[in-house]
Amino acid sequence: MNDDRAKEGSGTDAARSTEAALAVEGLSHSFGARQALRDVSFAIHPGEFTVLLGLNGAGKATLFSLITRLYDHRGGAIRVFGNEIKENPSEALARIGVVFQQSTLDLDLSVGQNLSYHASLHGIAGRDAAARITREIERIGLAERRRDKVRELSGGQRRRVEIARALLHRPQLLLLDEATVGLDIASRQFLLDHVRQLCRDEGLAVLWATHLIDEVDAEGTVLVLHRGALLAQGPVPAVMQAARASTMRAAFDALTQERAA
Amino acid sequence: MRPIQYYRCLAGIVRREGLRFLNQRGRFIAALVRPLVWLLIFATGFHFVLGVSIIPPYETYVPYEVYIAPGLIGMIQLFNGMQSSLSMVYDREMGSMRTLMVSPLPRWFLLTSKLLAGVIVSVIQAYVFLAIAYFWEIQPPWWGYLTVLPALVASGLMLGALGLLLSSAIRQLENFAGVMNFVIFPMFFASSALYPLWRVQEASLSLYYICQLNPFTHAVELIRFALYGEVNGPSAAVVLLSLLVFMALAIYGYDPARGLIARRVTE
Repeated sequence: MNDDRAKEGSGTDAARSTEAALAVEGLSHSFGARQALRDVSFAIHPGEFTVLLGLNGAGKATLFSLITRLYDHRGGAIRVFGNEIKENPSEALARIGVVFQQSTLDLDLSVGQNLSYHASLHGIAGRDAAARITREIERIGLAERRRDKVRELSGGQRRRVEIARALLHRPQLLLLDEATVGLDIASRQFLLDHVRQLCRDEGLAVLWATHLIDEVDAEGTVLVLHRGALLAQGPVPAVMQAARASTMRAAFDALTQERAA
Repeated sequence: MRPIQYYRCLAGIVRREGLRFLNQRGRFIAALVRPLVWLLIFATGFHFVLGVSIIPPYETYVPYEVYIAPGLIGMIQLFNGMQSSLSMVYDREMGSMRTLMVSPLPRWFLLTSKLLAGVIVSVIQAYVFLAIAYFWEIQPPWWGYLTVLPALVASGLMLGALGLLLSSAIRQLENFAGVMNFVIFPMFFASSALYPLWRVQEASLSLYYICQLNPFTHAVELIRFALYGEVNGPSAAVVLLSLLVFMALAIYGYDPARGLIARRVTE
């Protein structure tokens, strides 16, 4: 009892709000001789929508694999709300929701069955799971498709189901790896708006990895990853200013050319 | 994580495997047709070519169909073990495996749950096969249907663990044809599934030793004896030991710190 109080006392509201949802410090990783990530450091706070911008092969997938602990990082640190992923994987993973680049839904199972499988992986079942599923599929506007097989859904609808699935266990950090690949403009916009709204309304921290420069929001935060190294990070206007560019595309070109020169 | 959450996770994984199985009718039918083709065509063709002398656990001369039935059950479990684990890898660079592994529950528990779910499906397939085979005079004593259950569970676990191990370790096997050629066919043919080992010994001593070393031989023998209410001690020991080794290596293979998975390039 006293211990609980002591814990509560030590973490003041101010301290809690500044605690990073995701803190990556000095992260390096290599596959044999090929260095995939080089001394990468950044932090994302609750309520922040951060775009991780990089071309294919920049190291985005490696970064995602390390944050979701597909395999361990060797140099540096990854903390999710203060939990180092290697030391407290369970606490860290419980707070992360992930949408992978490739669809991981079971096409032969219904939307509801897919979602309840995911709930069970987080130890959620029964009425609690059913209520959460109802809430999430209503939010993505697919409540009437609950019993339909995923195979019958369009690409955009499947992506929405994956976002619903990633949110079932109420994570505080949402990671999306190229979530809009292969979608039409309307579906892309819906996803972006939906996730930005989650960010605003629920204080969710979001890391949105993409190679599409136009997905960078003018008011958002951006991380520019190129050949395994972070070339720039911060609010979009500041990044553009530092690169002496008037658009994000020009800034990206300037940054990556500097690097190549 | 509380014990109830472990239970819910296991139940969810088993339910998903069951639903997938029911929804993929093609997979269910293929899993049954394969051994039935062997039974109805191959065994009938060889009925008069191969005579099987009286060897334990049989007490009389048995027709060739009866001899190969346990081998065909083993075949069902071999295919199932490879399919349920490797299918995850083929889901385009481990899609559903990654979903499984972002669960906050310990990885060894997730892999073991996945293994158990696959075994439940393979045991059901084996019983459906036995029910159909009854009409082709493969009629073990009634209690044999009960005593075979632990053997089916043990051999299913062992072959499923082998599938898990392969899924963690091997990236060259790009498709199921590779697994057929390099794992399933050699294991199936270099075993006691199709011919008794004393006949193999007469033909080739080195093949006989290979068959003896093949854990699939012992899975088949375990099932063969169990169908007649008998325990084949050495085979049971080999199956259980292989299970432990394969599972330990699979868990090692999926270990984020040391495992082979870390050497996979995911981009």
